[in-house]
Amino acid sequence: MTGNNLADYLTLGLIMFSIGAVGVIVRRNPIVIFMCIELMLNAVNLTFLAFARFTPTSAALADRAESFMSGQMMVVFVMAVAAAEVAVGLGIIMAIYRLRNEIDIDEMNLLKG
Amino acid sequence: MTVFMVLSAIAILAALGVVLFSSPVRSALCLVFNFFTLAFIYFGLKTELLGITQIVVYTGAIMVLFLFVIMLLNLGGPQTWKERFEFRTVLGFGFGFALAAVIASQVFANFQYFDKPQAPDSFGSPQALGRVLFTHYVWPFEIASILLLIGIVGSIMLAKRKL
Amino acid sequence: MPAASHGVWQIGWALSDMIVRRDPRYSYCCMTDWLIQQSPALQATIRVLVFVLPVLIIVPGLIWWERRLLSWMQDRIGPNRVGPFGLLQPIADGVKLFLKEDITPAAVDRLIYFVAPAVALFPAFAIGATLPWGPHYGPLMHWTPIADVDIGILYILAISSLGVYGVVLAGYASNNKYSLLGGLRSSAQLISYELAMSVSLAGIVMATGSLKLTDMVAEQMKPLWGWDAAAVFQNWFIFTPYGFIAAVIFLICMVAETNRAPFDLPEAENEIIAGYHTEYSSMKFAVFFMGEYATMFIFGGVFATVFLGGWNMLPVNWDVLAAQVPAVAPFARVMDGANYWLAPLWFLGKCAGGITFYIWLRATLPRLRYDQLMSLGWKSLLPMAVANFIVVAIWIMCTKLYGPAGGWIALFVALAIVYVLYLNVVSATSKSGWYAQGRIRMTQGAERRPIALVDPTKEVRP
Repeated sequence: MTGNNLADYLTLGLIMFSIGAVGVIVRRNPIVIFMCIELMLNAVNLTFLAFARFTPTSAALADRAESFMSGQMMVVFVMAVAAAEVAVGLGIIMAIYRLRNEIDIDEMNLLKG
Repeated sequence: MTVFMVLSAIAILAALGVVLFSSPVRSALCLVFNFFTLAFIYFGLKTELLGITQIVVYTGAIMVLFLFVIMLLNLGGPQTWKERFEFRTVLGFGFGFALAAVIASQVFANFQYFDKPQAPDSFGSPQALGRVLFTHYVWPFEIASILLLIGIVGSIMLAKRKL
Repeated sequence: MPAASHGVWQIGWALSDMIVRRDPRYSYCCMTDWLIQQSPALQATIRVLVFVLPVLIIVPGLIWWERRLLSWMQDRIGPNRVGPFGLLQPIADGVKLFLKEDITPAAVDRLIYFVAPAVALFPAFAIGATLPWGPHYGPLMHWTPIADVDIGILYILAISSLGVYGVVLAGYASNNKYSLLGGLRSSAQLISYELAMSVSLAGIVMATGSLKLTDMVAEQMKPLWGWDAAAVFQNWFIFTPYGFIAAVIFLICMVAETNRAPFDLPEAENEIIAGYHTEYSSMKFAVFFMGEYATMFIFGGVFATVFLGGWNMLPVNWDVLAAQVPAVAPFARVMDGANYWLAPLWFLGKCAGGITFYIWLRATLPRLRYDQLMSLGWKSLLPMAVANFIVVAIWIMCTKLYGPAGGWIALFVALAIVYVLYLNVVSATSKSGWYAQGRIRMTQGAERRPIALVDPTKEVRP
């Protein structure tokens, strides 16, 4: 995909991020909310990679390596953390379902003051 | 250029599908589609290893986990949109628009001129990533593996019926 | 006879002239030259067709072979009425499935129900695109593989992890409790065995130094175990100690990945009706069936590429043999030519060997219960694969430092350590060991509970 500029990838990332944010606010099913959070994380991954590819670097070798490899490293760790988070989060949702036999996020208001 | 336009259109439609479908299984399948399309966009950015890792980790593992939980909890009952109309829905969509508009207006004007990729084409290859991962980033790598171990232990503890 | 064999020789030369140019006077008469002058898209399409059409023709042959070989192993004859030796039986089956009534249950989720068989069929062909079924150098290198991606092995693992979706979607869309259960069980089995498969392949990737499949085949054509004195023999990974363990683990995981016996609880006929494809009839069932056989064939191809030296005929370097033993030089040169030009035939033979292994396992071993299956995957194969991975790492380091002999020293040290650990575990779990003394405990489910027999004369509590 030659001929794309940074703004194209950032636009896609931004649209995906805002769709995910809307999903978190609007949906009532915690699993779908979780999926929208994953959507936001992926939008962020895309932004990191786009910056890694397009950011101008100086001629010094160390600076070059840092700028375009560190973006990818961030994405690797975001993927690892997202995987762990999904496992634990879905375990929590299953435990709540076993307790109350429903999952509607509006009904989970025991901590409400 | 057009390949990217088609892929991003599919990705955005799939993302909308995640939010708008009332059945959670269809939302999950739309998200699978979205992740798969994103992997192709990553291939276009020449980060092949991360693209294939996206397929293995996100599409092949995380979404399978989501589908498991949705099917096991039998959440097929669709959430009806019209039954309880809340002001929250309108506010949510408005917030989304506002967020996108604010960020776009402030940020994109500056980034339109970055059209030449600065990173070399081999920066996404397994060799380059492996080299950096095991030298500069070895501490985060090891700590991430401990984090995943904690995740495993935690999810097993949460799923047990009695401790 | 000499005249007939000379005729065959001439026909062979004429055919190979058509494929690869030998006479510089003719510029457009041969297929490889024509191929490389086309646009890349057309080249890719032709390579795809050259690969996919034979696979689609071979799959009915596999079905025939399975039914006949299984029958012979079970001391019966198998289908031999339709056509010579029953060779047209799969075609008869195909016609029957076409003409059967296509029942779609009323309450299914339509889109997913129709898409699931296609999703089950697609991984086989997507994986097959990267398999090098012919040589990667010389005149034949433009025909195969269809796409030599830099991330070869990882691509195969990614697409096989997408194969889970066909099963899950089929099980869910059928709107049937047992199909759902079969589908979920099957996908749990698939993702468990994927792990051990990935770790065992990771060891081989480390030994090769590259993820590309053509590099793996090239690495296997080097001298055996890195000893230049044994340059006549090729270093197929199955002949190295770490590669042998990795091959055994990969074989078991390969059988589990395709839901084949003895791992076929999710589609067992007497356990769960037919599991995730209960509600599928006629053509959709045929697509599932075809997908299973195609996946078996392609995984056999992956095994052949990674462990059995790919398209090579025998683990012998014929050119080195011709140089070192001049007495057999003409024979060696002929065999070298056959090794190169008939490469797809040898690859096909190895895939067929893989299929025969699948059928042999199905005829021999009883089905594993689900908890036995999961325990095998997580508690036996995964630790063994990780231990193998560590041994490969130590092997490579010692080989780099001390030459090929260092690798063997490392192997014996590793074996000694593993044996000591095993003895400790066995002594801990034996009758007089720590486990029996109650000093260590396993997880909750492993403690044996006495089975209470119900007394029929007493009243049953509700």
